[in-house]
Amino acid sequence: MLGYTITQWTFGILSFLAIMFALMVVFSRNPINSVLYLVLTFFCIAGHYLLLNAQFLAVVHIAVYAGAIMVLFLFVIMLMNLNQDSEPQKTAISKVIAGVIGGLLLVVLVGALRGTEQINLTQYGHSDIGLVKNLGRVLFHEYLFPFEIVSILLLSALVGAIMIGKKEIK
Amino acid sequence: MINGISINMYLMLSTILFIIGAIGVMARRNTIILFMSIELMLNAVNLLLVSFSVLHNDSSAQVFVFFIMAVAAAEVAVGLAILSMIYRNVKSIDTDLLSNLKN
Repeated sequence: MLGYTITQWTFGILSFLAIMFALMVVFSRNPINSVLYLVLTFFCIAGHYLLLNAQFLAVVHIAVYAGAIMVLFLFVIMLMNLNQDSEPQKTAISKVIAGVIGGLLLVVLVGALRGTEQINLTQYGHSDIGLVKNLGRVLFHEYLFPFEIVSILLLSALVGAIMIGKKEIK
Repeated sequence: MINGISINMYLMLSTILFIIGAIGVMARRNTIILFMSIELMLNAVNLLLVSFSVLHNDSSAQVFVFFIMAVAAAEVAVGLAILSMIYRNVKSIDTDLLSNLKN
């Protein structure tokens, strides 16, 4: 097909969709639409993980991001009754400035990265480092202490969120 | 025929996603959209970490991605709790109205 392999086609389509949905996240007026587009972006990124043969990470990504974090966002938006388009917008000048800053950053980064060496991903599609067996071994052998620290972090975030979010008792 | 993609394409894709997130942080006033843009930037970095882990055939980067996901979850939980408290007090989540600290 036009000289491209099926992997390249998949990569191109997934990248295009991810960038389109990411733009829609930033530029859609309604926060609900932003959340839904962000979920679609996450699905595209999970497709990239599958393409990179990181299957377990793709599943975890969908479960954690699309399943948990985005539902939290939706709850908060529903709770605050923000699902309307009447959000105050920034002034045009600050939007233009944001666009210019972002464009300049893009030019600098692309210019810096363009000259790098073109290395093909040789392990592409036939490496088993993304499988749960291998990842579990690395996680529980080399990174056991950070793993425990992360569990403490999650616990403290849980306690902190409840402490901040509860109504003050007079 | 599976070696058709170079690391540069992933570098470019991650850069573009990161900058879209950065523009979202700069250009919007809704705090929830700011949070979503931050998530977008974190995901761009995650994607780059995974692609480099495949390049070097090393699992460590994918373990780091787990930690980044856990930190992002904690950040979102605390951030949204703060946001709901702000909404309860100010009745708005517009960033331009949250300037009490300035005076």
